Amino acid sequence: MSTNTAYYIPHKATWPVIGTLGLVTMLAGFANYLNGSSIGPTLMVAGLFIFIVMLVGWFTLQATESESGMYNHDVGISYRMGMMWFIFSEIVFFAVFFGTLWYTRNLSVPWLGEGATKELLHPAYQAVWPTNGPGKVGGDFEPMGAWGLPFLNTLILLSSGVTVTWAHHGLLAKNRDQLIKGLIATVALGFLFVAFQAFEYHEAYTEMGLTLGSGVYGSTFFMLTGFHGFHVCIGAIILSVVLFRSAKGHFKPENHFAFEAAAWYWHFVDVVWLGLFIFVYLI
Amino acid sequence: MSAVIDEHDHHADDHHDHGPAKGLLRWIVTTNHKDIGTLYLLFALAMFFVGGTMAMVIRAELFEPGLQFVDPAFFNSMTTMHALVMVFGAVMPAFVGLANWQIPLMIGAADMALPRMNNMSFWMLVAGVLLLASTLFMEGGAPNSGWTLYPPIVLQPITVGKALPFAVFSVHLLGISSIMGAINIIATIFNMRAPSMKMMDMPLFVWTWLITAFLLIAVMPVFAGAVTMLLTDKFFHTSFFNAAGGGDPVLYEHIFWFFGHPEVYIMILPTFGVASTIIPIFARKPLFGYASMVWATASIAFLSFIVWAHHMFTVGMPIAGELYFMYATMLIAVPTGVKVFNWTATMWKGAMTFETPMLFSIAFVVLFTMGGFTGLMMSIAPSDFQYHDTYFIVAHFHYTLVPASIFILMAAGYFWLPKWTGHMYNEKIGQLHFWLSAISVNILFFPQHFLGLAGMPRRIPDYAVQFADWNMISSIGGFIFGASQLLFLYIVIDTIRGGTGEKVTGEVWENAAQHSLEWTLPSPVPYHTWTTPPTMVPTEHVLDAH
Repeated sequence: MSTNTAYYIPHKATWPVIGTLGLVTMLAGFANYLNGSSIGPTLMVAGLFIFIVMLVGWFTLQATESESGMYNHDVGISYRMGMMWFIFSEIVFFAVFFGTLWYTRNLSVPWLGEGATKELLHPAYQAVWPTNGPGKVGGDFEPMGAWGLPFLNTLILLSSGVTVTWAHHGLLAKNRDQLIKGLIATVALGFLFVAFQAFEYHEAYTEMGLTLGSGVYGSTFFMLTGFHGFHVCIGAIILSVVLFRSAKGHFKPENHFAFEAAAWYWHFVDVVWLGLFIFVYLI
Repeated sequence: MSAVIDEHDHHADDHHDHGPAKGLLRWIVTTNHKDIGTLYLLFALAMFFVGGTMAMVIRAELFEPGLQFVDPAFFNSMTTMHALVMVFGAVMPAFVGLANWQIPLMIGAADMALPRMNNMSFWMLVAGVLLLASTLFMEGGAPNSGWTLYPPIVLQPITVGKALPFAVFSVHLLGISSIMGAINIIATIFNMRAPSMKMMDMPLFVWTWLITAFLLIAVMPVFAGAVTMLLTDKFFHTSFFNAAGGGDPVLYEHIFWFFGHPEVYIMILPTFGVASTIIPIFARKPLFGYASMVWATASIAFLSFIVWAHHMFTVGMPIAGELYFMYATMLIAVPTGVKVFNWTATMWKGAMTFETPMLFSIAFVVLFTMGGFTGLMMSIAPSDFQYHDTYFIVAHFHYTLVPASIFILMAAGYFWLPKWTGHMYNEKIGQLHFWLSAISVNILFFPQHFLGLAGMPRRIPDYAVQFADWNMISSIGGFIFGASQLLFLYIVIDTIRGGTGEKVTGEVWENAAQHSLEWTLPSPVPYHTWTTPPTMVPTEHVLDAH
């Protein structure tokens, strides 16, 4: 339990400006790289380095403050609100790409295959999903099936949702062993998911002719699954930090915001995947 | 929450009530809501002049038909960058600055709920604007597609040169900044409010910002997603907006305006909040219809999500779509009308005085209403076919942004500067600034209605001779308006450095302490306020809510 009854307000913060510097360096580097400038990759690596230093420094600071009991109940509420609305903004970000998929499949592709557009521009075009458009952009490809690796990945993510809850029960019951084992299992399942997806991408590129450039099917497929995979990585890194802290003896049954935030984020990633499995792979 | 501690409480030998740190580093690492508010406001003021300079370039080029000063591509860069800088660099940050300064003071909170993140959202803003501004010095120049960044034109090499990835990443950073700021505001209002202050006791400025914060979280990621797809279409061979690959450029317009329409309310709702704060004090009456103001704000925010395609009437939508978006858009006039009538009723039979903040606020009510009426004209789909992409729309949205948002930001400056600095501004120069601005802004934008109705397209550096007269008048108005704003710059600096020398009371304005908490504090506001929350909150402003 926190020892302070008052709301903790730090007097200065050095990490935010360092983190901003890292991020903007990384993005400026990426932009330069896209423009074909040779300085791009160097800037990206430098920016990434600064950003990682910031993450380590800021996380350490927060963990130390938390463990020394500087955060009272109200600080915890602010943190929870912050995490909740951050996840909400992430949901909106994914909604854009789900919306894009919906619009493409239900509006823009059918419009290309009907009326004057079809007759005058490309009478031979069959507007059926999956498609790479009347221009056959990216060449012939094979769409990704649902019941192989993707289904296995669904089971993996769903199980990881169970293991993280099991770890939470361990934390609440003061069973440190169960907490750590549960987290190890969750992180392992997370990285297994990413590995399988990498394998799936490799297969798509080398065997199926399916690339990011395979018309609008390839675009939506890789954009949605790619951003999701990126978020799985973020979630797994957050969980790894929580695992590291758990091993060091951090967190108490009544005070473990970092664990909760990580678990929320993990469930969010999980739910997005279910949406992906249904709308990208199944239907 | 109870009391507040700070780091220094851990060192027993330290002063308990200390002021700000010394030196430049204070401003870089500060977590104090007043410091960060000041940073936001000064940055916004600087960007107001940067964006304003671009507007002067535009008006100089349009002073006469023919190409005078700049080449057409640079002219288009100016219209694009003027919009982006004013929206994301000036108006939005200025309101976030006001929120930082005022929300904790108004709700009896010691600081923002997440002070470190507050610092980060400011620096992310600076980083985003710097990335955007860097494109001005690049091969091919800044983006010149218009601020909406529509494909396919924004993907053409001639339109953006090397600027596109920088513009895209700038939008990402600005989005992160806005979302962090919005999360902070929501957490502050819900979690840091004085226990004695109920939701329906909150000043309207706090209410409007709460609702705006939800809008920001709900739409900034949408813009980020849209520009991400532009980036991949340009550099990674995707086909989101490419019909040959099965995509559709119109999809971008839908996504953009799903962000873009709430975005314009993000700029106007806090404007309403400030107006609802200022008008009652100078009318010496409680705000008329407090509860209806809250509900009208919420209604406008809700409607903003379901009207986006009225920006796209001419894109080729099914007739059912045109009709739906037309009627839904007209609905917005209802809650907006509620607000305008409430402000008018607040002034009705009030003991009014006309200090500079009140003058700007009254001008806001009148001129914003005009901007609203032209908006209503354009919500009519068949009429919009005539006005679309002409100077009529330019006149419309400038009326809702310049004599509305900008005027209210000026009003807020005059209204709260004495509170923040403890110095009184020069009322004579303030009123001169007001009259010059109010007259010239109409010379600047009113003729643009005529130009638009006569068919002059927007975003062109040259035009037919028939448009010459009104363009020249508009440019003259523009130059006067631009020059007048230097008076505001002078007043801000002068007030910070001592102003008239007149000592201001804590209340500053007559009976202001009955309206809102910040006026119960001394002027200038101490560096730390409300370390113990106030037990009594003023309810004068909500009298008729109960």
